Amino acid sequence: MLKLENVTVCYGATEAVKNVSMEVMEGEFVTLIGANGAGKSTTLRAISGLEPVRSGRILFEGDPIQNAAPQDIIRLGIAHCPEGRRVFPQLTVRENLEMGAFRRNDRQTIKADIDRMLGMFPRLAERIRQSAGTLSGGEQQMLAIARSLMSRPRLVMFDEPSLGLAPNFVEQVFKLVSEICEGGTTVLMVEQNAYAALDLCDRSYLLSTGEVMLSGTADEMLNNQDVRRIYLGGDAA
Amino acid sequence: MNWKFFGVFVVCLGLFPLVWPDPYILSVMGSAGIMIIAAISLNLLLGYTGQLSLGHAAFFGIGAYTSALMSLGFNVDLGFGITVQVDPKPVWAAFATAIVVTAFFGWLVGKLAFKVRGAYFVVITISFAQVMRMISLNWTDLTEGPMGMISIPPLSLWLPGEGVVNLTSKAEIYWLVLAVGVIAYLLVAMLVKSRQGRAMIALRENETLATSVGIPVTYFLALAAVISAAIAGAAGGLYAHTVRIIDPDVFLFIYTVTMVIMVVAGGKGTLGGPVVGGLIFGLMPELLRGVVQPEVQWVIYGITMILILLFLPRGLVPAIYDFIAWVRTPIAIPVRESKRALSAGAKS
Repeated sequence: MLKLENVTVCYGATEAVKNVSMEVMEGEFVTLIGANGAGKSTTLRAISGLEPVRSGRILFEGDPIQNAAPQDIIRLGIAHCPEGRRVFPQLTVRENLEMGAFRRNDRQTIKADIDRMLGMFPRLAERIRQSAGTLSGGEQQMLAIARSLMSRPRLVMFDEPSLGLAPNFVEQVFKLVSEICEGGTTVLMVEQNAYAALDLCDRSYLLSTGEVMLSGTADEMLNNQDVRRIYLGGDAA
Repeated sequence: MNWKFFGVFVVCLGLFPLVWPDPYILSVMGSAGIMIIAAISLNLLLGYTGQLSLGHAAFFGIGAYTSALMSLGFNVDLGFGITVQVDPKPVWAAFATAIVVTAFFGWLVGKLAFKVRGAYFVVITISFAQVMRMISLNWTDLTEGPMGMISIPPLSLWLPGEGVVNLTSKAEIYWLVLAVGVIAYLLVAMLVKSRQGRAMIALRENETLATSVGIPVTYFLALAAVISAAIAGAAGGLYAHTVRIIDPDVFLFIYTVTMVIMVVAGGKGTLGGPVVGGLIFGLMPELLRGVVQPEVQWVIYGITMILILLFLPRGLVPAIYDFIAWVRTPIAIPVRESKRALSAGAKS
């Protein structure tokens, strides 16, 4: 479904992502793991058109999409839920959801989709008229996830959805992401917590200083000596 | 602002000349009104997209000059043997042309400047206003330079039973400004409540996120700049046809600063902000004129502004909203109070 071929992304002279090749199949749950500054977020940003690709190709359903405008990429069916500030704080919860469907023109189905999201996220339904900035961190992340689904994506990319959340919310968010994938949407997720990520996903890519060091199914990665030693905290049995 | 209140407010303003037909007061209200229209246009950029244009007087001035030139006609040599001659046009046509021309300049500045956001945008807009001022000073064939343009015709209106009336009396000018002001206000109100307006607010709030949900950033910033410039141009055109004399001083930086003060003090990013701020800062110099020395006036002006920004940093209108909300829900403790109570509790 999504294929990266030797993609390089630069910030000025530094190569944040070097020669990365990877693939995500339809219906899969793939994670990108690795330390801070490994190029995980940059990879997602390149896919969604927020960062220019210096060289290499990004193919979605076989068509090259590298360096296309973000608004065109989202229309193809790729949604990106970026890290950091996740919502538009001064817009209401409903307006935030509507923003997620910005590139759609079908008013009726958008309305139906919002209702569907509110069914999925009862906490958001209670706060539908509140401005998003007044929600708790966990609720904001729920809203961000709901918003990214509003574009009816076929591939949704989450960037560290667990960052800065209380432990019970982290669990909830991960459960939700798994459910989204089971619902038929392909998921590509960046996660620093390698253990949690490998526990959830089908396959994973390990990035280090902008390069793919290792890839494989979740089980292969979990049982890999190096991964265990470096990223899963110690016991290299 | 809710529509009922808006309607009542407009009707009150409309009846004002009948209740208090003092020509001096009306002319003060008229000029304040023109600045309020300009402030409304600046608010669209500064308040809703978050871009600070410090050259807004340029759009105002371009509107004023275009409208004046079109209504008076001109004959100018562009060099290379090309001369452009324009015969005097009907005043309303000149006014409309002014709006279109300023909209074009808004697009131009928007396109150029939004590639470089933030501080660079501010610098480009300042430079743009300076360049326009230099052109108006030095291209004497077209603009008469520092002499200014005189005997600009007034706007006229066909009234049933009275035929075509030139809008020259203070009350007529007042109503004219009020009408254009109401149109500008409604235009901005409709825009910011629409999908387009929501996109502009989203950009101000979080540009990365806005881009990632598929909002084309430069398109919406340029759209805001075009509409904002067009409204400022309309304010300039009104100025030209009501004061009927313009000179290069319309491009002065102080006018931009006045607009910024009106918007920020009233509450940027609120519809009522520029109106409230504009009424206060547009009328205050005139109201103080009879009471204190001119130097003292400016000191009071400055102190008022500092006090507003110090105590109501988001501006007057949001403060009024907060107050109304606070009055309506006497049981709920405002956030700031509860924090204070918490910290007081922690200390004791």
